[in-house]
Amino acid sequence: MAPTTNTLDRTNYLNATKGFMSWFWTIDHKRLGLMYLWSVIACFIMGGFFAMKIRLNLMPGAVDFATQTAEQMNAYNNAFTVHGAVMVFLVIIPSIPAALGNFVLPMMLGAKDVAFPRLNRFSYHLWIIGALLFVATLLIGNLDTGWTFYPPYSTGHTDPSVITAVLAAFILGFSSIFTGLNFIVTIHKMRPPQMTWFKMPLFLWAIYATAIIQVLATPVIGISLLLILVEKTMQIGIFTPELGGDPVFFQHLFWFYSHPAVYIMVLPGMGIMSELFATFSRKPIFGYKSIAMSSIAIAIFSFIVWGHHMFISGQSDLMSVIFSALTFSVAVPSAIKVFNWISTMYKGSISFSVPMLYGMSIIWLFGIGGLTGLFLATLGTDVVFHDTYFVVAHFHYVMVGSALFGFIGGIYYWWPKMYGKVVDGPLAKVGCLLSFLGFNLTFLPQFVGGSKGMPRRYAAYGSEQGFDDWNYWSTMGAMVLLVGLSIALFALLRSFFVKGTLSPANPWGGVTLEWQSPSPPPEHNFEIDPPTVGDPYDMSLVKYCGEVEGFLPVNPRADDPCVAYIEPEEA
Amino acid sequence: MNMYTILSMMLQHQKEDFFFPSQASANAATVDFIFYFIFYVSLFAFITIVSATAIFAWRYRRSKVGMTPEDSPHHSTIIEIVWSIIPSIFMVVMFWYGFEDFTERRASPADSYEIHAKASKWQWEFEYPNGASSFGFIDAGEYQGKGLFVPLGKNVRIRLESSDVLHSFSIPNFRVKMDVVPGRYTDVWFNAIEMGDFPIFCTEYCGTKHSRMLSKVHVVSEEDFAVWLKENQEDPNASPADKGKRLFSAKCTACHAVDGSIKIGPALNGKYGTIENIVGGTVTVDDNYIRRSMLDPKADIVVGFENVQMTSFAGQLSDDEISNITAYLKSLTE
Repeated sequence: MAPTTNTLDRTNYLNATKGFMSWFWTIDHKRLGLMYLWSVIACFIMGGFFAMKIRLNLMPGAVDFATQTAEQMNAYNNAFTVHGAVMVFLVIIPSIPAALGNFVLPMMLGAKDVAFPRLNRFSYHLWIIGALLFVATLLIGNLDTGWTFYPPYSTGHTDPSVITAVLAAFILGFSSIFTGLNFIVTIHKMRPPQMTWFKMPLFLWAIYATAIIQVLATPVIGISLLLILVEKTMQIGIFTPELGGDPVFFQHLFWFYSHPAVYIMVLPGMGIMSELFATFSRKPIFGYKSIAMSSIAIAIFSFIVWGHHMFISGQSDLMSVIFSALTFSVAVPSAIKVFNWISTMYKGSISFSVPMLYGMSIIWLFGIGGLTGLFLATLGTDVVFHDTYFVVAHFHYVMVGSALFGFIGGIYYWWPKMYGKVVDGPLAKVGCLLSFLGFNLTFLPQFVGGSKGMPRRYAAYGSEQGFDDWNYWSTMGAMVLLVGLSIALFALLRSFFVKGTLSPANPWGGVTLEWQSPSPPPEHNFEIDPPTVGDPYDMSLVKYCGEVEGFLPVNPRADDPCVAYIEPEEA
Repeated sequence: MNMYTILSMMLQHQKEDFFFPSQASANAATVDFIFYFIFYVSLFAFITIVSATAIFAWRYRRSKVGMTPEDSPHHSTIIEIVWSIIPSIFMVVMFWYGFEDFTERRASPADSYEIHAKASKWQWEFEYPNGASSFGFIDAGEYQGKGLFVPLGKNVRIRLESSDVLHSFSIPNFRVKMDVVPGRYTDVWFNAIEMGDFPIFCTEYCGTKHSRMLSKVHVVSEEDFAVWLKENQEDPNASPADKGKRLFSAKCTACHAVDGSIKIGPALNGKYGTIENIVGGTVTVDDNYIRRSMLDPKADIVVGFENVQMTSFAGQLSDDEISNITAYLKSLTE
């Protein structure tokens, strides 16, 4: 008899308790993960709204360069500040670690929760406080510093809303530190005995490397933002020359965090890539150890390359040369990961399910994002491209291409585990395709505009400057991207509100432990405790069973894969 | 003739090409060569990884639901070493090219002709060794002021300074860019090899009208440059009001009009001797009020401009200059 695992009516973590407080005051990592997920998606919609405002404003003909008023310019400057700040601090940094990491990490370890569940809840509450303060500041205040808060502009020449904005970022930083700390302890102390470090899923390696950066780097941005606060409110000279400070000093402090933060954003996406390529090729990941070690290498190197944001800032030329050389050291482990993912496909059995479509998109997007980074690590060419749209396009390819597409791919991958429904239909595939095409149409033209000298953060460009064509195509692409992402979100919401395809415990054939739990999981994650730990990428451990439309653990004593699941109970 | 020379000859493109504006300075060709070197290496790498992905995806697509493929190797030390070392070698070359070019570009030749550029919100001012000066910004969509003049074929060093926030001095046709940092000097140098006018951009966000902090560099022959320098020298016998007008157009017109229209700040024509509404009362616009407005702009703010942050000119204008500007403003009411 085939087991029935489609159990939306059965008691699970979603319906075990009811009411607002049962969610708001929960310590269940799965519920916290979901709350992060929807908070992040809400922030993403807000950041996306301002992205569209930017793109529509830059559409040739939308604004007359000659008659644009100071108020209109100021509105534009506010828009790019809100877009950047929201997307960095409220979307990309918490997206994968806090939302998906929280949901998946303990289950991948076969654990019931993270090491410090109450600290985990505290992180989320801090995040909500920080996020509300941040969003309120951005919407009510007149913040126009960009997300970088460079002094002396931020401390002496603009609105007081800088004060609440940096305070909010400071609070958000603590949320990030606590989450990182929690994950480090959980991975160290709560792995099942059979799961040695090198039997750990690669997503956990990536989250582990990310958590190290979160814990070590975030305090530095915290203190730098406090120094901004001290200078702005008490006129104590730290960064402003008139008060005896040095503006370049702030850039060192800022990028000492913000460059590693790039890897807080990208590493978890890479972790998801490793899971997707193994599962959807039904093959062990190629070069497990080098992927795991490259995550750690990236985490370490990320701390010694910040100066490449400052080649022309006025820092000493010798430092620029050293930072340029060090920067290339990050490129090698990133390249290794890409080669490993592609090799995993070789002689595999590749499924074109939605998560894998996002995975394959990332090869293209991260390929461009990574390779264009070479121009910016090289001193001579960086001088030309610095603060132009070439840089804007480059980091969007990395941030959106790897982090955001990885995030969406991860949501589709674990959606069956979260809500017990599989979303793998044509609509979701069209959403992925349109997002991919729209993204490229938006940002490829920006490389060319940038190489021609188009500067960032300009409220308008005169036609005679010759950037109109590139801005036109970029805005067109943004509309396609908007449609694509809306479809991707709609496909998920439709399965949430309308009855979608019910999911078996293991719809994709993953071997990591979370797939041994029913979809959606019970409150304490596993019905059988503890789950059987094997090699996380040994695909022969699960077999497809047509009757459940999913994969089941293999029973060595039975040929029919569908017999396997109930075997332990019968024996 | 080595590979480097051959390749760079192939990539010489004086005129505008797909990626870059014209190569108007002597150093531009080297940067473009480095760009195209990285570009072709990257393009090759990109095509390789993307086509491998596409080919594998198609060749090994799943033909039957849930199908498990046959065993194949999932580790190879040799392959992994090879694909770590080959990119590393290319990166060493890229670093080296960039490093050589950077050292070349950061050290200005000893014989450079030096021009001082002062950045402030939101305009550029240029001062030449003989006392001539010019300025530039954009208003109503038009370039204002004369902009920067440089002689063709001479090494020119621009010493950069800022009187308020961070700015950045960028001329894409010369492939030069450098941040302008308050409290210290920075510099760029170039040797212009093409006659004509090229745009100057501010490329570090500096506030509301960042996108209007634009000017032009005019590359002219050495003879024309000498003539221009003489013409733009300040006339020592000019009246205080005329001297003030010159100062006003260089330092104040980015924010203050003299035709009654409101820019960032209030218009200043016809104000002298009138009574102005300020926050918390009224004030007579006299010599002392004008002086105070320049040195301590936040002391008496005109109603309606409470949110405008004017930078103090203390330390930037001498007493003589202040009284010249006052004389000019006075002349606008007579």
